[in-house]
Amino acid sequence: MIPVFEIVLLVVFAAAPIILGDYLTVFVTRVFILALLALSFDLAWGYSGILSFGQALFFGAAGYGVALLARDLEIASIFMVLPAALVIGLISSFGFGALLLLGRNPPTKIFVALGTLSGSYVAERLARGWYYIGGQNGIPSIPPMTLGGYEFVEGRYYYYLAFSVLAIVYLACRFVVRSQFGLALAGAREHETRIAFFGYNTQELKLIVFSLAGGIAGLAGGLYAFHEGFVWPNILGVALSTQIVLSALLGGAGTLIGPVIGVMAIEIAGFWLADSFPKLWHIILGMLLLLVVVFSPTGLIGLVVSDRERVGSFGCPLPPRRHTDTGVDDGTT
Amino acid sequence: MALLKVRGLTKLFGRFVALGGVDLTVGENEFHGLIGPNGSGKSTLMKCVAGAEFPTEGTIHFVGREITAATPSERARAGLSLKFQITSVLPALTVYDNVLLALQARSSTVNLIFSHTRRALHQRVMHLLKQFHLTEWCWERAAALSHGHQQWLEIAMAVACKPQLLLLDEPTAGMSLEERRITGELLMPIKRHCSLVIVEHDLDFIRNICDVLTVFDQGKVIDTGTVKHIQNSRRVQEVYRIRV
Repeated sequence: MIPVFEIVLLVVFAAAPIILGDYLTVFVTRVFILALLALSFDLAWGYSGILSFGQALFFGAAGYGVALLARDLEIASIFMVLPAALVIGLISSFGFGALLLLGRNPPTKIFVALGTLSGSYVAERLARGWYYIGGQNGIPSIPPMTLGGYEFVEGRYYYYLAFSVLAIVYLACRFVVRSQFGLALAGAREHETRIAFFGYNTQELKLIVFSLAGGIAGLAGGLYAFHEGFVWPNILGVALSTQIVLSALLGGAGTLIGPVIGVMAIEIAGFWLADSFPKLWHIILGMLLLLVVVFSPTGLIGLVVSDRERVGSFGCPLPPRRHTDTGVDDGTT
Repeated sequence: MALLKVRGLTKLFGRFVALGGVDLTVGENEFHGLIGPNGSGKSTLMKCVAGAEFPTEGTIHFVGREITAATPSERARAGLSLKFQITSVLPALTVYDNVLLALQARSSTVNLIFSHTRRALHQRVMHLLKQFHLTEWCWERAAALSHGHQQWLEIAMAVACKPQLLLLDEPTAGMSLEERRITGELLMPIKRHCSLVIVEHDLDFIRNICDVLTVFDQGKVIDTGTVKHIQNSRRVQEVYRIRV
């Protein structure tokens, strides 16, 4: 089922700008960027068991970083700012992850959740009080991202840029989580203590994934800064971090397509509800989220996909299975 | 040469003395059984050796190297492998993936990401599954296995790491008589390439497979020696008469 969803979404998103108006094209671009952020949370939580409530910290740090590059150094080339956003996300999450995850004993989930939550909160407060980066007002009027002489402003081209980045990151994540490394991550998620007794350094494994997830969040932050044209302290904060956690849980953590569907569902529901029920839409959306989490803990994707498919297989494909007289073929023939 | 040398090992839980200055030596290719009443410190000793608990006092040397403060993963990489008392297979993964997970533990991150070792390990996974009578269930989730098969899977996972010393904590707990007999048969070939320390309450089982026995009572070693020596030991007979 999951490949069907992937292909359908790929085709729909590739063709969508033809029928969408300018306003909706910008709206869906924002959904892509938030989906990238949700993917980064899912890589940490859904695949590795790291309960990160601070993905916005890396998103915002990269957003501010590229905004400063564009404002102070007049660097806005896509070949500079997107790699810079990725690197800022990687380095900041590596440093922060090393503090939280490396120690004599593996940290508990609650410790990591509170640590990342606190980091996100502190970063937001710091940004609000730091005059150089604009304080409460953030950094406005970021120059557009450029490719040679072309300027990426919000609209169809930015839509395809965000869509391409999302597709590439999605495929890269798919490659990683379906590899033997993905099996090690599944082991760490299922029973961290047990696999340490096989010889896995689970804390190192988790730090690698946390850094990768931070890099993806950074990439999303860089895209967001240039798409919106300004950055402000909220993009570092707890509210955005929590919104992304909810999106991933709603769609279905532990699958890559789940968070993308979750972000789409929340953004589209919010968009429609805000229009139809301007005073009640937050409450209605909250109730809907609660219902899904209570009645389908594996998220929306869990309603149509079996547990077996959600966990999936790892490594390159096996030789075809064949039953023999002595049992299942061992694949050596 | 002694493979494992434990000296003066003490483990306190608050005021409770779980281990009180235990000495233990395990030689190469030796099957060493730990027996004693419940709460006598056998499992605590296993946990201290494997790194699940850190001793309050004393030293542990493995292949001549001190590992008293080493982490479980460092000990596993040095050649120690543990099967827990409570079955702890990974229920959401297939039987095949459980064994592969144990087998690939020493591969580098790059090799794992690019699945370089997958083909090479496939045959070894299938060999282990066949050896432990699990071939039929290899594509099932581990949660679907019976208790006895989960125990065999866990032993297969412990053996997969190619340990020099295998620590088995009650491998036949909850098994039928037939399953116990098969487990004994499964363990004997391991003797060619590794030593074994086993905690077990089934004295017939342990008598049949072990070369040396150590008897525990109230956190202390009360006797150690060959099976025949232990069978004739007065101190052991006293403890078993009084406590068991």
